[in-house]
Amino acid sequence: MSRRRASYEGVAVAVPVTVPYVRYSTKSAHWFIGQALEALVRESGVPKAQIDGLCLSSFSLAPDTAVGVTQHLGLSPRWLDHIPTGGASGVMALRRAARAVQAGDADIVACVGADTNHVDSFRQTLGSFSSFARDATYPYGSGGPNSIFAFITANYMRRYGATREDFGRIAVAQRCNALKNPNALFKKRLTLDDYLSAKPISDPIHLFDCVMPCAGAEAFLVMSEERARGLGLAHVLIRAGIERHNAYADDPVMVRGGWRIDRDDLYAQADVKPADIDFVQTYDDYPVIVMMQFEDLGFCEKGEGPEFVRRHTLTCDGVFPNNTSGGQLSCGQAGAAAGFLGMTETIRQLTDLAGARTVPDAQLGLVAGFGMVTYDRCLCTGAMILGRSADKRPGKPPPDTALIPSGAEQHATANEGLR
Amino acid sequence: MTMPLMKPPRKNPVLRTRQMNLPPWARSRVALGITAAAAEGRLELQVCDDCGATQYPPREACHRCLSPRLTWREQTGEGELLARTTLHHSNDLFFRERLPWRLGLVQLSAGPTLMVHLHGEVGEAPTRIKVGARLDRAGQAVLIGFPDKGSAHMADDKMLREMTSDPKFRKVLVTDGKTEVGQAIVRALVQAGADIVWVGHAEPWKKFGAGLDDISSLPQVTLVPLDLTNGRSVSELAGEIGGKVDIVINNAEVHRTFGIVARRGTDVAKAEMDINYFGLLRLAQEFGPALRARSADGAIGATAWVNLLSIYALSNFPPHGTFSASKAAAHSLSQCLRAEMRPAGIRVVNVFPGPIDDEWNQHMPPPKLLPSTLAAAIVKALRDGVEDAYPGDVAQEWLERWRDNPKVLERELAAGAS
Repeated sequence: MSRRRASYEGVAVAVPVTVPYVRYSTKSAHWFIGQALEALVRESGVPKAQIDGLCLSSFSLAPDTAVGVTQHLGLSPRWLDHIPTGGASGVMALRRAARAVQAGDADIVACVGADTNHVDSFRQTLGSFSSFARDATYPYGSGGPNSIFAFITANYMRRYGATREDFGRIAVAQRCNALKNPNALFKKRLTLDDYLSAKPISDPIHLFDCVMPCAGAEAFLVMSEERARGLGLAHVLIRAGIERHNAYADDPVMVRGGWRIDRDDLYAQADVKPADIDFVQTYDDYPVIVMMQFEDLGFCEKGEGPEFVRRHTLTCDGVFPNNTSGGQLSCGQAGAAAGFLGMTETIRQLTDLAGARTVPDAQLGLVAGFGMVTYDRCLCTGAMILGRSADKRPGKPPPDTALIPSGAEQHATANEGLR
Repeated sequence: MTMPLMKPPRKNPVLRTRQMNLPPWARSRVALGITAAAAEGRLELQVCDDCGATQYPPREACHRCLSPRLTWREQTGEGELLARTTLHHSNDLFFRERLPWRLGLVQLSAGPTLMVHLHGEVGEAPTRIKVGARLDRAGQAVLIGFPDKGSAHMADDKMLREMTSDPKFRKVLVTDGKTEVGQAIVRALVQAGADIVWVGHAEPWKKFGAGLDDISSLPQVTLVPLDLTNGRSVSELAGEIGGKVDIVINNAEVHRTFGIVARRGTDVAKAEMDINYFGLLRLAQEFGPALRARSADGAIGATAWVNLLSIYALSNFPPHGTFSASKAAAHSLSQCLRAEMRPAGIRVVNVFPGPIDDEWNQHMPPPKLLPSTLAAAIVKALRDGVEDAYPGDVAQEWLERWRDNPKVLERELAAGAS
């Protein structure tokens, strides 16, 4: 066993911001990153010049990388990271930023996940997502991750007896949560019947198993606890963090994720048990992966996921709150920002900024990341446990209520334009 | 069970002919190794020279031991279907126009997991499956999951027909019906279910001869005047039937057995070039555009162009020196034709036979290729959707020697070997 890793002690995570999602935007990714940074500066009161670290995740930034963004937005950070790892990038950004702050390489790091979505962006992204995708999946029906997750879901259903109703419970509960989130693009109640009768996309994947690509950004600041206290910022603390890439490569089809390898480490770092967690933000590009995370993060055994969702209510006010923002299944998938969605929501939950979505008396939240289907499975997995700070300082009113997109209503049913 | 393809009704000429949207074409250079093998009908994957691990998707280093020594090796394709799905939505126009579309996830017995197009006869997972490689309409290799045991009509599978150029119900032009080879091709096409076979003959005023009489009595066959040395003749025929032809088989050739010194002057070499090279050029200029325009015209639309070349196109056979040169020129031109037909999804099939058992190979020792064997190889190439075929033992042996070392083959041929 390697030597015990240093803890994440003394690092504060603060100022969750969301740039309102829109189905399509004519703006570039830079616009959404700029809006996120502007909101970070406005909400924190930290002048732009004092942000000396930037960790950026985006798919639609080409031909730029993070360094081009520094010139575009007039930043001069002394620490810079670019992590185009999609759904795992929120966890990965926080892990890297926390270490930079602990080491003194940066004092205040802005972590930003942002993407635009033009009308034809999604198709173009699919075709050039990875060399393996270009060579070995895109020429096969060009269904993108839908067909890969159809295989994973079909195999999981056959092997562990999960039914579409089981996955439907996850989607329906998340939509319940989303109805309390002004930034969610989906604003209509979803019933289990709606879920079951939705049109097939790539069976057994149907419409409400899929996320809707959209444009938007999520961001937060990472700094020392002292600094956050000095600035008077409500913040949360990092209790544990893990990541793993290309785990279980010999499994012929994905039935488990890398969380499983590192989960003992995760809970040991935080000195807690799964039962101590008050809510989870799973990565929900497809419901089957949510179910796998319940298993692989230790909330139930492998194969017990279906029974677990039958026995637990997953809404904000349920016994096992999952994806309290509504998740990307109901908020929309704003590209790389989807990897930050669970992180900003967790900060809000643990700093009393979650409004109607508040999980009562929550002290500990778990955020999982999952990203990058380069071929037949998702490669990046990660998770963090965040805890409420002992500082008794009420948070500001939810900033996201001030950022309700004026045109959000018109996008509520935009997924019907999928074809 | 695949339902046998029924002959589609006659087309309404007023309706717009659907245009081709190719499936995704882009591949990394290393992935083209699969295409190179699929072009000859084989499934090859990279296998590590050092640890034996089979690799997929194609890559630059072994995923197990990091060795860069990865060699393309033929695979049996045996494996197990892990899961299947039917796609009801696609972001790509080619598939969008052809939904629903079946896909499978397969673990090969050799190790790797593959995504495949799934034949309609493959049942629910888990089940045994056989994976093969085919060229898709873009001319790039794709993997296909076939049933362990297929039924009689499995070639009529809707997905598979998108990958192949089966002559069944199609209209074919064979450019020369005078030769034994031409007549054998016509008979093979009729047997394969071709709807109409137009057969060219350069001198319609002459008596036909027994072979041509025989095939012209077949109800599917129509003789048409066609002289490949005459631009006007080619143009006139294209004007008449160009918009109906689904497959062109250019078998017209002049074959004389001379090198350089044995026959003074250039008349014979010019005659060879005029048919073997310029004939192809004239034909391609007149029939190529019409073929391209009809490549998405329903289940039996325009699909392929076949060139009868020669194994001598790869390396000059000095006793047939000028003929070899004309076939090498035709081969080169066929590569240009292939590039120009690619955007429409028309497959250019090159056939490289060894010596055919005819009068111009009288002095060649056996084995020689029977015209009927060559004809069967052409129909098989169309049905299997391959791009390069080397029928006969001599062609196969030459190919192996040429692949091993073209310079060594040149020396062997110069020394009088064959």
